[in-house]
Amino acid sequence: MRDAQKEMRRPLGLRLWLSGGWLFALAVGAILAPLIAPHNPLAQDLFAARLPPFWDAKAEPGFWLGTDSLGRDVLSRILYGSRLALFVALVAGTLTCAVGATLGMIAGYYRGWPDRIISRFVDIWMAFPPVLFAILLIAVLGTGIVSIIIAIVIIDWTRFARVIRAEALGQSAMDYVASAKIAGRTKFSTMLTEIFPNVLPSIIALLTLEMGISVIIEAILSFVNLSISTDSPTWGGMISEGRTSVHQAWWVLVFPLITLFLTVLSFSQLGEGLKDRFDPVLR
Amino acid sequence: MMFSINDLKLSLPDMTQKPLFGPAPQIDILKGISFDIPKGCVLGIVGGSGSGKSTLARAMMRLLEPTSGSILFDGMDITHTSEEELRGMRQRFQMIFQDPMSSLNPRRKVGGIIAGPMRLHGMDRTKERVNEALDLVGLPQSFSQRYPHELSGGQRQRVGIARAIALRPEFILADEIVSGLDVSSQAQVLNLLAKLVKELGLTLAFISHDLSVIRRLCDRVIVLHQGLIVEEAESQILFESPQASYTKELLAAIPLPDPDQIWDA
Ligand SMILES: Nc1ncnc2c1ncn2[C@@H]1O[C@H](COP(=O)(O)OP(=O)(O)O)[C@@H](O)[C@H]1O
Ligand SMILES: [Mg+2]
Repeated sequence: MRDAQKEMRRPLGLRLWLSGGWLFALAVGAILAPLIAPHNPLAQDLFAARLPPFWDAKAEPGFWLGTDSLGRDVLSRILYGSRLALFVALVAGTLTCAVGATLGMIAGYYRGWPDRIISRFVDIWMAFPPVLFAILLIAVLGTGIVSIIIAIVIIDWTRFARVIRAEALGQSAMDYVASAKIAGRTKFSTMLTEIFPNVLPSIIALLTLEMGISVIIEAILSFVNLSISTDSPTWGGMISEGRTSVHQAWWVLVFPLITLFLTVLSFSQLGEGLKDRFDPVLR
Repeated sequence: MMFSINDLKLSLPDMTQKPLFGPAPQIDILKGISFDIPKGCVLGIVGGSGSGKSTLARAMMRLLEPTSGSILFDGMDITHTSEEELRGMRQRFQMIFQDPMSSLNPRRKVGGIIAGPMRLHGMDRTKERVNEALDLVGLPQSFSQRYPHELSGGQRQRVGIARAIALRPEFILADEIVSGLDVSSQAQVLNLLAKLVKELGLTLAFISHDLSVIRRLCDRVIVLHQGLIVEEAESQILFESPQASYTKELLAAIPLPDPDQIWDA
């Protein structure tokens, strides 16, 4: 009976394999882009403009996903674009998580004045419309990767703070916390060794979700041309350019869109998959 | 005396009655409780649900701050001792909780749950001590690699007992530790507790709402009702000639015709 439960608890993990697989492939592509990209992502060739993807009869060999209206290779641009997307996802996601989860855990576990201060900040923060907030911040900070990351952290830490506060609050009421006190554990140590492992699954789930959201935010900012000021390729920028020529060359729009979609989906599924696979407690 | 409780009162804010502005009204949960627990004594604390047993337990363990009165542990006044000062002596009095699903950290393995408090008090050979504790409570040593949810209710409660005794305390407080168990696990856990009290020379306070469970285990019994002690007597005397009407009610509520029956199961 108990063994059967164990079997049930560890499914094949298809979710984990698919989402992890896609993100891993993308990461390899991003890191090795200079080696594996078939073309220079910035090289224009007006004689090779709007070449269709490889299965089309008019396709040129070497341009697997076709070219845009300036003759730049779409696949190479997606690969190079993934460098920025993944970098922002990783750094902004992790920083947002670190700030928000720490504040949330302190508020939920310590209660009292730390909670009142943090919760008040969260309430005020949440009153700002996020997209407007982002654009405003970029206007103040200027464009560039660092600005994007700072903007994401400043806007989204509240997501972690709210959820993790509620989780920590619930966990604090459990008797294992009282038991730790009776054993003579300090409050701070109890937070790290008893509460933290129990909010970790929520933190991981939110973290991967946030990485997906960071990809979207970066794409939106690139789309409205507020991302990085150089002309290095971004998915958002490609979508924006592809939009104008969608009737003549749909692939310029559709391939970056699909990549963006799969990446965001994979990030959100990765959290669930990791939980299924590694959380000892079945919920 | 292991514990000396003197006119202990405890009030908590009643959040359900809290006005929009201003503090919530206080409800008096313990209304002046006095009793002693001599060393080596097994004291039963009975009372219906909501009579304040767990509140008393948590006050004695310094999880809740008493409003007034005093708590003496081994002659030392610990009523308002700071947590820092208390920490050094916490190893000497331990508690076993009612619901092991709540009192055992679900994401730590049994071995870590038992070893954690020992490490805090600088005990060496924790691995061996964990195994000893598991032996004492009749669990296989391999269980140290399991998570609490991989155990049965009775096994979980034994882990709770193992964690408490592993610190080699002088006093243990057990708050309704068999209430969540089926009758046969109840009997086994109670037998185990009786055995440990003898072998380790423990002083025990055993809280229950069920007098039949108290009868064989306890030397003395106090009966709690609405935050007050309504009767205190030697166990045998209480069962033979209960004085308070509330005690008589509790006795009448014992479901089994022969309360000894479950002990032979
Ligand atoms: N945190 C709390 N706030 C307000 N009232 C409480 C709180 N905890 C317990 N009480 C009340 O105190 C009374 C005694 O509770 P408790 O000590 O848990 O009783 P017992 O363990 O005997 O069932 C109950 O009426 C309960 O509603
Ligand atoms: Mg209780």
